[in-house]
Amino acid sequence: MARQASTAQAVPAKKGLTGWRRKEAIVAWVFSTPALLLLIVFLLVPFIMAFGLAFTDQRLIPNPNLPTRFIGLRNFARLLKDETFHRALLNNFLFAAVVVPLQTSFALLLAILVNQKLRFVNAFRTVYFSPVVTTMVVVAIIWTFLYNPGGLINACIRAISFGHLGPYDWLTNTKLAFPAIMLLSIWQGVGFQMVIYLAGLQDIPGELYEAAQVDGANRWQQFWNVTLPQLRNTTIFVVIATTILAFKLFDQVWVMTKGGPQEATMTTMILVYKEGFKQLRVGYASAISVVFFLIVLGVSLLQRVFLREERAVS
Amino acid sequence: MSATPVTGAKPYGLGYRVRKGTRLGITYLVMILLAFFFLFPIIFMLVSSIKVNETQIIRDMSSLAAFVPYGELGLQNYRDVFAQMPFGRFMFNSVFVVGSTVFGGLMVNSMIAYALARLRFGGRQFILTLIIALIIIPFEAVAIPLLLMVNRFGWLDSYHVQIIPFIADPFSIFLFYQFFIGLPKDLDEAAVVDGAGPLRVYWNIILPLSRPVFATVAILQFLSNWGKFLWPLMVTRGFEYRPLPVAIQQFFSQDPKVWGDIFAFSAMITIPVLVVFLLFQKWFVQSVATSGIKG
Repeated sequence: MARQASTAQAVPAKKGLTGWRRKEAIVAWVFSTPALLLLIVFLLVPFIMAFGLAFTDQRLIPNPNLPTRFIGLRNFARLLKDETFHRALLNNFLFAAVVVPLQTSFALLLAILVNQKLRFVNAFRTVYFSPVVTTMVVVAIIWTFLYNPGGLINACIRAISFGHLGPYDWLTNTKLAFPAIMLLSIWQGVGFQMVIYLAGLQDIPGELYEAAQVDGANRWQQFWNVTLPQLRNTTIFVVIATTILAFKLFDQVWVMTKGGPQEATMTTMILVYKEGFKQLRVGYASAISVVFFLIVLGVSLLQRVFLREERAVS
Repeated sequence: MSATPVTGAKPYGLGYRVRKGTRLGITYLVMILLAFFFLFPIIFMLVSSIKVNETQIIRDMSSLAAFVPYGELGLQNYRDVFAQMPFGRFMFNSVFVVGSTVFGGLMVNSMIAYALARLRFGGRQFILTLIIALIIIPFEAVAIPLLLMVNRFGWLDSYHVQIIPFIADPFSIFLFYQFFIGLPKDLDEAAVVDGAGPLRVYWNIILPLSRPVFATVAILQFLSNWGKFLWPLMVTRGFEYRPLPVAIQQFFSQDPKVWGDIFAFSAMITIPVLVVFLLFQKWFVQSVATSGIKG
C-alpha cells in the first residue's frame, strides 16, 4: 500500500530516488539539529569561552564601574606564583599516583575472584558493585562519621595494634586527611572497574588457557602470560579513566574537608569552585580550567598512543 | 573415585581433594571478608538510622555494636527529617531533573546517532568527527564559563538549568552510533523498498531493535546524573529546586549535627537507588561493561 502511494507521488521514476535522497538529508538534519545545537551552546561555546575568559579579569557579577578588561597572560603568571594552585595540582597528581595503581589492581583482583564458576558468585558481584550506586555525597558523610576520633576506623586500628596506635583525628590532620579521602574513593569506585575487568576477562578465549595448561603453565604463569597480556586494552582504559577521575576530584573533598586542613586536601576543582563561584573571579577560574583541560587532554592522548602502539605490534 | 591408588597430586586423589577444598574455603573466606568491607558503611548507616537514641549512636560508633540493631529502635529519625525539611520536594527535584535529563537524552542522542549511522547527508563526516572530539571535554573544564552563561540567561535557580545543558551527551551519541552501525543494512533497505521514509525506518525498524543500547545509555546517564553535586551546588539557592545531594550536604554541614537524622536522610537517598539496582542488576553490570568498550 505504502509502496503504491510513494510511486504515485514520484511520477517520473528517476525523480523518486532523488526525492528520497533529499528527504533523507532533510530528516538527517532535523534529527541532528537538537543534539548539535545543545552541544554547541552548552559544551563547545563554554569551552571556547574558557580560553577567552582566561585572558580577562571577568567577574561572575560584573561591576558596572569596572568593565572587564583583556589582561593578557596575567592570570597565567599568577598561576605560576599561586601556591594554593601548586598544592592543588600536586594533590591531584598524588591522588592519581596512589589511587590509580591501587584501585586498578584491586579491581582486577576482585574481577578474577568473581569470575570463577562458584555458587553465590553473582551475589558477591552485586555486593562489590553496590557502593558505585551509592551517591558520593552520602558516602562521604558516612565515612566522615567512620573517621571520627572515637569512630570505627580508629577502633579497628587500636584493636589491630593492641592499643599502640591512635586514635587519630583523620580529617583534621594534615598528613592523614588526604589518604583518608583516597581510601573512601577507592571503596566507592573500585566496583565500576571490576565490572569492566570482568567483561575483559570473559572475552579471553578459553583455548589460550588450555594451550597454556598443555605447556605445563601453573596458575600464576597463566595469569602473567595469558590473562595480563590479554587484558592490556582493558587496563589502559581503566588506568586512563581513573586518572581523569583523579583530576576531577571534588564531591567527597567538599563534603569532608572543603580543601582543608591548611589546604592539605586542596584539589584543582575545589580551587576552580572557590575562585570562580565563591570569589566570583571567573577569569582566573577559567585559566585554571584551561590548565585542567590540557592535563586531561594529555592523559587522553597518552591512551591513544598506547593503543596505537599495541595495534602496530599486533 | 578416591579408590585410585595415587599419591596426592593426581586428580581425584585424597590430597588433591583436600587441597581443592582448602582453596575453595579460602576463596569463600576472602570473598566474605571483602563483602563485609564493601557493605559495612551501608549496614552501619541503615542500622544507625533506626536507633532513636542519639547518645546510643555515638556510644556504639567505636565497636561492633554499631552494626547491631538493639536498644530503642524506630522510625523517629525519619520523622524528624520530614519535620525539619521538605524531603519530598528534594526527592521530587532529583527524580524530575534526572528523569527529564535521561529521557530527553535518549531521544536527542539516539536521533543524531541514527542520522550519523544510517543516513547520507552532507556534513555527516564533519559532525561525527566533532562529536568524537567533544567526548574528551570534561564538564568540569567548562563549568565556570557555563555558570557565567546561564547567569546571563537568568536561568539560576530553576529546573531547566539543571536539565537542558546535560541532555546532549557526546559519549551517549557514540554508544548509540556504534550500536546502530552494527545493525544489518538490509533491514531498512527492505523497508525503503516498501516505501517507508527515514522517519518510519527509525521509528519502526531501528527503535524496536535497539532496546539494549537504550537501556545501557539510560543506566549510565542515570548513574552520572543522580549523584551530580558541583553543578547544582552552584546553580540552586533555595530549597525549591535543590536536588538530594546538595540538600543532604547542607543538612550535614549545619551544627549541631544530629547523626540519627543524618543517617535517616542518607538511607532515604540510598535505599531507592539500591532497590532499583537490585531489580535491574544484570542491566547495570552490562551497561558499565559496555562503557569500557571505548578503550
